[in-house]
Amino acid sequence: MTKSSMSFEQLYRQQYGQLLALATGIVRDLGRAEDLVQASFVKAMTRWPDARYPDHVNAWLVTVTRNAALDGIRHNTMQAGKLDEIVMEISNEQTGTGELDTDQHPAMSDDMLRLMFTCCHPALNIDARVALCLNTICGLKTEQIARAFVISDASMSQRLWRAKNKIRDAGIPYEMPAEDELQTRLQSVLAAIYLIFNEGWLASGEQHQRMELVNEALRLGQILTQTLQDDSEVRALLTLMVLQHSRRHARFSADGEIVLLADQDRLLWQTDEIQQATNALEQIFSSGHGQGRYALMAAIAATHCNAAHASLTNWNEIVVLYEALMTVDPSPVVALNHAVAVGERDGPTAGLRLVNGLKEVAMMQRYHLYYATRADFLRRLNQNSEAAQAYQQALDCSPGLAEQKLLRRRLAQMSS
Amino acid sequence: MQYVLLINEEEAIWDGYTPEQQDEVMAGYGKFSQYLVDNGHMRGGERLQPVHTATTVRVRDGDVALTDGPFCETKEQLGGFFLVDAADLDEACKLAAMIPTAAAGSIEVRPIWLMDED
Repeated sequence: MTKSSMSFEQLYRQQYGQLLALATGIVRDLGRAEDLVQASFVKAMTRWPDARYPDHVNAWLVTVTRNAALDGIRHNTMQAGKLDEIVMEISNEQTGTGELDTDQHPAMSDDMLRLMFTCCHPALNIDARVALCLNTICGLKTEQIARAFVISDASMSQRLWRAKNKIRDAGIPYEMPAEDELQTRLQSVLAAIYLIFNEGWLASGEQHQRMELVNEALRLGQILTQTLQDDSEVRALLTLMVLQHSRRHARFSADGEIVLLADQDRLLWQTDEIQQATNALEQIFSSGHGQGRYALMAAIAATHCNAAHASLTNWNEIVVLYEALMTVDPSPVVALNHAVAVGERDGPTAGLRLVNGLKEVAMMQRYHLYYATRADFLRRLNQNSEAAQAYQQALDCSPGLAEQKLLRRRLAQMSS
Repeated sequence: MQYVLLINEEEAIWDGYTPEQQDEVMAGYGKFSQYLVDNGHMRGGERLQPVHTATTVRVRDGDVALTDGPFCETKEQLGGFFLVDAADLDEACKLAAMIPTAAAGSIEVRPIWLMDED
């Protein structure tokens, strides 16, 4: 996509995280950095009201944001003594003459990753950490994050407000964690990266997918893998994302309807990527690290990806992997996926029984895939009127447009 | 004898006050502090940041665990306090983890409300 054909929204989404990370690095205050970045976008909007952005618009935004951040520090007499040092550090980064050793410590030189570790500080609860990452790094709005988390806009707004205030008021530092804390800090970063991947993979709102989010998650996964190559879960997460990403060309029909795994044209899958990821996964399992959350999820994805046809899928293997995953991650979403796998292995009655067992779980009542899964089992059992009701309930949860199309078509089939 | 006077409050009540009402309460605190100074009672005192800034530190089997919030067990009782200088929350939590009681109880870490921030 050329810059000139970009909407303001696209420009904002693409550049927001980088600019915020840059500004936070200078002013060391997330709230002030957010204001500065917003101001930069307002300037961009004023300068190019018709949204015909020149090719250098990204560089322009970086310059405007950096200058505003440095001006902010200049006016802050408290930090005056540190200014020369900071300006020196920044100009070194710009010209590449600094001491940053990007080959050995790529993560250390990455503003985005540093911001991510701040947003994933263990003094913030896990839900707040992932929400913050999506809000700050991905530039997602509160309501979009609320949908990804299956909670109300008001709760998400409160969660973000509280988390940002805590970072500021409790003195959470804007730094990479110390070596001895890296492992603990890493788990919540992995969760955040995977959530970003998923948000891009099945985007809320009108876009089917936001490949920039998917690519951002893959990029962060790659940087982490380079830095922490001995960590099996870091590698497993990247493997998982690569396996899912290998199906990117088969996921939507020509008219923008989501195509379920079983119905995808497997010739469109990227077999080289699948092969590479499968090899990486085998290394993880053969070195005895196959019991981690991401290793198990990657193994499930690999089992799907390596089936030449949907009917050749090893559902028993997938059920076993989901059962192992449920012990590591006993969340209702995992239980729902397990129910789907059992339904494929043992038939829709068995699957439906497990899905119905989740009906008391509060979050399931707002989760479109709970109703959609239920509806599909009911449809296969020829219980059309109950299936129609469940498809409607799934639509009432307002999923993304591509999923709505499939749900509407299925709903229409039930009444015809 | 020395005593510590611990102030418990519902933050929502304070947040619901008008600025004038808040000023009135703060003036009351000023008067009380001056009374303590004038009569030789004063040993120190600080206002704490709101509860959303709290982090709880526990050490179990040598591992330091942080929890978002002031979640001490209901069976735990306040047993003392330290007022420390630290560069940031990470350093404050490191110091908290060194307190012997962190290994069995919990230490709530809460920043002081610096009065010149207002």
